[in-house]
Amino acid sequence: MATENAIAHHDEHRDDEGSRIGMWLFLVTELLLFGGMFFVFAVYKYVHYDAFHLASKELSALVGTINTIVLLTSSLTIALSIKAMEDGRKTLSLVLQSTTLVFALVFLVNKYFEWSAKISHGTYPGSEEMMSRPNGEILFFGLYYVMTGLHALHVIVGLIIIAVMILFTVRGSIDRDRHVHLVNAGLYWHLVDVIWIFLFPLFYLIA
Amino acid sequence: MDATTHTNGSYLSKTGGKGGIRSWIFSTDHKRIGLLYFASLAVFFSVGVVFGLLMRLELIAPGPTITDAQTYNSFFTVHGVIMIFLFVVPGLPAIFGNFFLPLMIGAKDVAFPRLNLLSWWLYLAGGLIALASVVMPGGAADTGWTFYIPYSVRSNTNVIPALIAAFILGFSSILTGVNFITTVHRMRAPGQTFFKMPLFVWALYSTGWIQLLATPIIGITLVMVGVERLLSVGIFDPSLGGDPVLYQHLFWIYSHPAVYIMILPAMGVISEVIPVFARRTIFGYNFIAYSSLAIAIFGSLVWAHHMFTAGMSGVAAIAFSAFTFLVAIPSAVKVFNWVATLYKGSITLEPPMLFALGFIFHFLIGGFTGLVQGALSVNLHIHDTYFIVGHFHYVMFGGMGFGFLAATHFWFPKMFGKMYNHKRAAVGFWTLVVGFNTLYFPMFVMGWLGMPRRYYDYLPEFHTYHFISTVGSWIVALALLIILVNLILGLAKGERVREKNPWGGETLEWRADTPPIHENWEEIPVVTGGPYDYKRNDENESTT
Amino acid sequence: MANSEQEHAHIGYGGYTLIWLGLLALTALTVTAAGVNLGNVAVAVTILIATVKSYLVATIFMHLKIESRLFRVVVYAAIFFIVVSIILLFSDYTFLRE
Repeated sequence: MATENAIAHHDEHRDDEGSRIGMWLFLVTELLLFGGMFFVFAVYKYVHYDAFHLASKELSALVGTINTIVLLTSSLTIALSIKAMEDGRKTLSLVLQSTTLVFALVFLVNKYFEWSAKISHGTYPGSEEMMSRPNGEILFFGLYYVMTGLHALHVIVGLIIIAVMILFTVRGSIDRDRHVHLVNAGLYWHLVDVIWIFLFPLFYLIA
Repeated sequence: MDATTHTNGSYLSKTGGKGGIRSWIFSTDHKRIGLLYFASLAVFFSVGVVFGLLMRLELIAPGPTITDAQTYNSFFTVHGVIMIFLFVVPGLPAIFGNFFLPLMIGAKDVAFPRLNLLSWWLYLAGGLIALASVVMPGGAADTGWTFYIPYSVRSNTNVIPALIAAFILGFSSILTGVNFITTVHRMRAPGQTFFKMPLFVWALYSTGWIQLLATPIIGITLVMVGVERLLSVGIFDPSLGGDPVLYQHLFWIYSHPAVYIMILPAMGVISEVIPVFARRTIFGYNFIAYSSLAIAIFGSLVWAHHMFTAGMSGVAAIAFSAFTFLVAIPSAVKVFNWVATLYKGSITLEPPMLFALGFIFHFLIGGFTGLVQGALSVNLHIHDTYFIVGHFHYVMFGGMGFGFLAATHFWFPKMFGKMYNHKRAAVGFWTLVVGFNTLYFPMFVMGWLGMPRRYYDYLPEFHTYHFISTVGSWIVALALLIILVNLILGLAKGERVREKNPWGGETLEWRADTPPIHENWEEIPVVTGGPYDYKRNDENESTT
Repeated sequence: MANSEQEHAHIGYGGYTLIWLGLLALTALTVTAAGVNLGNVAVAVTILIATVKSYLVATIFMHLKIESRLFRVVVYAAIFFIVVSIILLFSDYTFLRE
C-alpha cells in the first residue's frame, strides 16, 4: 500500500501524522474547556454536598443510561467505519458512518425530551420554581443545563462533521489511502463520548 | 529549476499575476499572514495607546478633568482589554512567530497554513467586536479587563460583546498554539534536533503549550459569565449560591500563565539578539531552553497570588506564595545567561541591541517588584495599588514592549529588504526609556504610599506623582511616534538591503533570501551545527 | 503512512466490538454501584470507573496505544495540568477560609 500511495498521491506537503497531532492538540483544548466546568462542578459538589445529592435524584438515571449506551455504541460504529475504510470496504464504512449519524440524532432527541420534561416542570434557570429552591440545588441545575447543553452543542457539531465525512466518502475525496479527515472526525466524536462518560455519572448517578 | 526561480520571487511580489488586497487577506503564506497581523496589531495598539493617554490625562489633576467617572472606568477597561488580548498576548507569536518560526527551522510554511489564516480572521473579528463594544449603545464595558464577578453580572454596559471578543481572541490564540507545536514537531529541517533549535523557537514552543492548556479555561469561564448574565444560572452569582472567588480562581488559572504567554516570546527574542550583537555563542543554551519549559510549568502553579486579599484559605495563600518565588528562578536563569553572554563579547550597540538591553533593565525592575508582591505580608499592603500597576507595566511594556521593538528592529531588514535610519532609532529608544520610566516609576512610589489603582479621583498628596506620570505618558507617545515614523520612512525610502545576513546572525533565517522567497527556500537547508556558533570569539575567550 | 499500516495490524472488527462490550459492562457496573450505598467513596468509585472507560476509548478507539509517543505526551500534559490545578484549587476550599 505504501508504494501505491507514493505513486498515486505524490504530495510532499501531506503529513497524516502531523494532521493527527494537530487534532489531538485541539482535543486537549476541548478537554480543558470542559475541565474548567468540571472544576466548578467539583467545588460546588464539595461545598453543597447534600443539595447536589438531592437534586441529582430528580434526573432520570434510565434516560442517562440509555444515552450513555447510545454514545458508546456510536463510538464503536465510527471506529469500525475507519477500520472498514482502511480495508477498502467503502460501502461498509458508509453504512457505519451513517449509523453513527443516526445514533447522534437519537442522543439529541432523547436529550430534547429530557430537557423539555424538566422545563415543563418549571425546573430551569431563573424560573420561579427554581428560585424558591436552596442555593445548592440552583447551582446543580444551573451546571446541569450549562454542561449538558455545551456537550449537546458538541454533539451537534460532531453530527455535522460526520455528515460532511459521509459526503466526502460518497464523492470519493476520502478513500482507502487518504482518510485522515475521517480519522480526525472519529477522534472528535470519541472525545464527545469521553466527556459524556464523565458527565453521566456525575449528574445522574451521585444521588 | 529555472521555472521555480522564476515563480519564486520575493514573498512581497505578486504570484501568478495575482495582486491586490485579496492576495494578502486570503494568503496562506506564513510571511504574509505575519504582516497581516503586523498591520492589524499596529492599529489596535494605537487605539490602546490613545485610551491610555486619555486615562493619564484625566489623572493629571485631582477631581474631574476631561471626563466623568463612568467614562474613565470604560477607559481603563478598554485600554486593558485591547492591550492584553489584542496586543501583548498575540503580539510576538502572531507577527514574528508566524514570520520566522518556519524560517528558523528551515520549513516552507507552518503545519496548517489554512488554519493559520483562520486564526488571523478570528483575531480580526475579535478585535472588531472589541472596538464595536466601545461605540455601541450601552457604553463600553466598565468592569476592568478582569471582568470580576459580581460587578460584571450587574453592570449595564456592553459586557457581553467584550466577553465574546475575548472568547474569539482566545480561540485565535489556541489555533496559533496548535499550529506552532505541530510545526516544531513535524517540520524541522534535516539535522535540526530540538537542541539545535534557535531559542526563539523554544520560547514559541513553550508558549504554544501554555496557550493550549490555559486558554480554554478562560474561554469557558467567560462563557459562564455570559450565561450568568443572560440566564441567572447562579454559577458565580453569590445571591444564588455562587462563589465569586471561584471566578477569580478560574480567571487567573488562565490569566497568570497568560503573563508567560506574553513574556516568553520576548525572552526568546532577547536570546536571539544578544548573541548576534555580542558576537558570542549564547551562554548556557540548554539552561535557557529548559527554563522556557520550566516557566511554562511553574507558571501554571502560581495563579492565586493575584487573590491574596480575596479571602482564600491560609494554606492556599502560603502555597501560592511559595510557588511564586520558585517561578522567579527560571526567569533569573535567563537573565544571568544573557549577562554572561555579554561578558567579553564584541558588543555593538545597534538599535536591536539597545532595545534588548532596555528589556533586561526594565524586566529586572519588573521582576524584582513582582517578588515583592509575591510575599504574603507585603502583598496585603500593596494589593490593588499603583505599585501593581507599575509592576506589570514594567514587565508588559518594559519587557514584552521592548522585546517587541527589539524584534521589529532586528528582523525589519529581513522582512522588508529595507533598512531604517539607525540614528533615529537610537533617538527613539532613548526617548522611550526616559518617557517609560517617567511614566511608570512614580507609580511604584505612590502605590507604596497607598494610592489605589483604577480610582477616578485621588487625594491631593498624590498630585505630584500623577502629574509626573502623565507627563511621562506624553514622552512615551512622542517616542513611539519617532520609532514608528522612522520605520515607515525606512520602509518607504530606506536603503535597500540585498545581502542575506545584514547583522551577521547564525540562525537559519539569515540563510534565506532578503526578503524571503515565496516558499522560503530553493532547497531545504541542512543543519549541522548549533544555532549560535561564533567560534572565533569563543576561541579568543579561551585563550585569555 | 507507516502508522496506518500499524493500525491495520493491531485491531480488528472483533477487537473493537470486545472493547465496546467491556464499556457496556463498565456502564452497568457504575449504574449498579450507584444503587449501593457506598457512602463517601461513592464519588471516588464513580470517577474511577469513568476513568477506566475513558482509558479504553482513548487507547483503543482513538489509537493512542499505537500512535507515537508524542501523542501520549500531549495527553499526559493535559492530565497533569488538570490534576495539579484541581489540587491547588482545593487547597483553598478544603482549608479554613479567612
